[in-house]
Amino acid sequence: MDILLAITVGGLYAAGIYMMLRRNVVKLLIGLGLLSHAANLLLFTAGGLVRGRVPVIPDGETRPLVIVADPLPQALILTAIVISFAVLAFALVLIYRTYQTLGTEDLDELKATDT
Amino acid sequence: MNAQAVVILPIALPLATMVMLLLSLKSIPAQKVIGVVGSTGLLLSAATLAWLVDRDGILVLQAGNWPAPFGITLVADRLSSIMVLLAGLMVFAVSVYSLASVNDRRVSFGFHPLIQLLLMGVCGAFLTGDLFNLYVWFEVMLIASFVLLTLGGERRQLEGAIKYVTLNLISSAVFLAAIGVIYAATGTLNMADLALKLRSFPDEGTVSVLSMLFLIAFGTKAAVFPLFFWLPASYHTPPVAVSAIFAGLLTKVGVYSLIRAFTLLFVTDLEFTHNLLLLIAGLTMVTGVLGAMAQNEVRRILSFHIVSQIGYMVMGLALFTPLALAGTVFYIIHHIVVKTNLFLIGGIVEQRFRTGRLDRIGGLYRSAPVLATVFFLSAMSLAGIPPLSGFFAKLTLIRGGLEAERYAIVVAALVVSLLTLFSMTKIWTEAFWKPVPGDAMTNVNFPRRSRAGRACLYGPAILLASVTVGIGVMAGPVMNASMATAEQLLDQNAYIQAVLPDGPTGQVPAVSRERTSP
Repeated sequence: MDILLAITVGGLYAAGIYMMLRRNVVKLLIGLGLLSHAANLLLFTAGGLVRGRVPVIPDGETRPLVIVADPLPQALILTAIVISFAVLAFALVLIYRTYQTLGTEDLDELKATDT
Repeated sequence: MNAQAVVILPIALPLATMVMLLLSLKSIPAQKVIGVVGSTGLLLSAATLAWLVDRDGILVLQAGNWPAPFGITLVADRLSSIMVLLAGLMVFAVSVYSLASVNDRRVSFGFHPLIQLLLMGVCGAFLTGDLFNLYVWFEVMLIASFVLLTLGGERRQLEGAIKYVTLNLISSAVFLAAIGVIYAATGTLNMADLALKLRSFPDEGTVSVLSMLFLIAFGTKAAVFPLFFWLPASYHTPPVAVSAIFAGLLTKVGVYSLIRAFTLLFVTDLEFTHNLLLLIAGLTMVTGVLGAMAQNEVRRILSFHIVSQIGYMVMGLALFTPLALAGTVFYIIHHIVVKTNLFLIGGIVEQRFRTGRLDRIGGLYRSAPVLATVFFLSAMSLAGIPPLSGFFAKLTLIRGGLEAERYAIVVAALVVSLLTLFSMTKIWTEAFWKPVPGDAMTNVNFPRRSRAGRACLYGPAILLASVTVGIGVMAGPVMNASMATAEQLLDQNAYIQAVLPDGPTGQVPAVSRERTSP
């Protein structure tokens, strides 16, 4: 399972970077989305994969008796997902407004503020 | 109230102010009053915190009383408290300045609540002792800065924002990935705990990879070479008050994180990490100042100078001696004040002429002598002319460089300093000395502001200029504070001891980090 997820993470990074190198601003955003998914999945995989053992401590014990899933990475990912949702929602509005104002979706034409 | 509780004030106060501002969003006078009062409160609480840290040493607040590696830890050491104090001073100056420079439309869109949200993120990042928490504060700060950057929706603002948003999101993704890998490697995200575990970490390769991931993540935020391109493309687009607070604080959050990471966490392989940092520092200085020389607009020139000066701060960190680190701290103190002020002054110039292009402005020495004086002081300080603050900052860094026998970086720093002077005199001759160009917009009939309006514009600029002069005159005490900060930064054990008083907690409860075999 680790290997499979590692390959998925790598694939997501590759796809994200490829999309970001395109000239279309929508593709840039899709690329950013893929990149944040890749990071989340990496966090999840790196946290260790344990199948079907909930991290609940039985009655009368002070620690789990068997190796259980680590809940922390999942909490971290949940936070990261919420944040990336907010940020991507903002970015969607931003590219829409940019398209409305500038009338282009080609990144190469956004040169006015460059130096 | 016990002393630890003060640590949370610089985060809680902006939050409370923001809530009040959001509740009174309809009334523009209320926005302005609450905004300034809230900023003043933040400045006062930051001053209290700095005083307490100076008196009692490192202050630690364990949120919810969870012991260190398990809960969220807030740590205020000297560096944190100095940064928070500067943030408080800057937001105070900018809030007052914004009263006369940000139009009512932007205020009704929520300019003041966003500034408070930004400050909450900035102070949170300075005070947290936990890597994931740092990520969250970064995002709080970023989302506020995104909206501030685009507030008003002008054409060039939107264009600049696309670049700013893209590069910052990439850096966040790298940061998150780095957090994932470091958690997998060590099983903790608490910085003090990490510092302990990384010391005796068996696999040097993993630590190197981690340090590079953090270097890219924080380096992008700090705008070091070659990751700075978002900065000059976006900082000149928003309203001046926004540019000024960005210029003063946002990249410095990146620099702060770099300092934290490379004085506390990644100190095992100095040969590799800090030599790389030194190379980056030199290239950042040189490219930044060369970029600035090619520009012809006040705020664009100043934006490139931010990049160049980030190089000086990283230089002190890379040399990694007490003197050099003290130079970095001194430089940050000096830079935040001077840079914010130069943007504020640039804003006043732009308001007069409705443009910042140097070929369309002039004659300010005659028509605005106060402005000219304030600009001259700040610009000369930036270039490092004695007896202003920049001179002592650079002197300390260069002495640090000579002491460490890194002559190449010393030469680079001196040459860049000279080029900075050239750049500043360019603004001076064009905007202040040269007569008003014939095709300039009729600035003579510039709508005279009310006395209060002018006070709001000039007051903060004069305040910050006097702080610059003050740092120069009182260089001794500031130097002592910087030196104490540097020694505290190099004494990792004190930090670890303050956060983890019961020693290392190797025994994570059996929620084990081992992989199960399938």
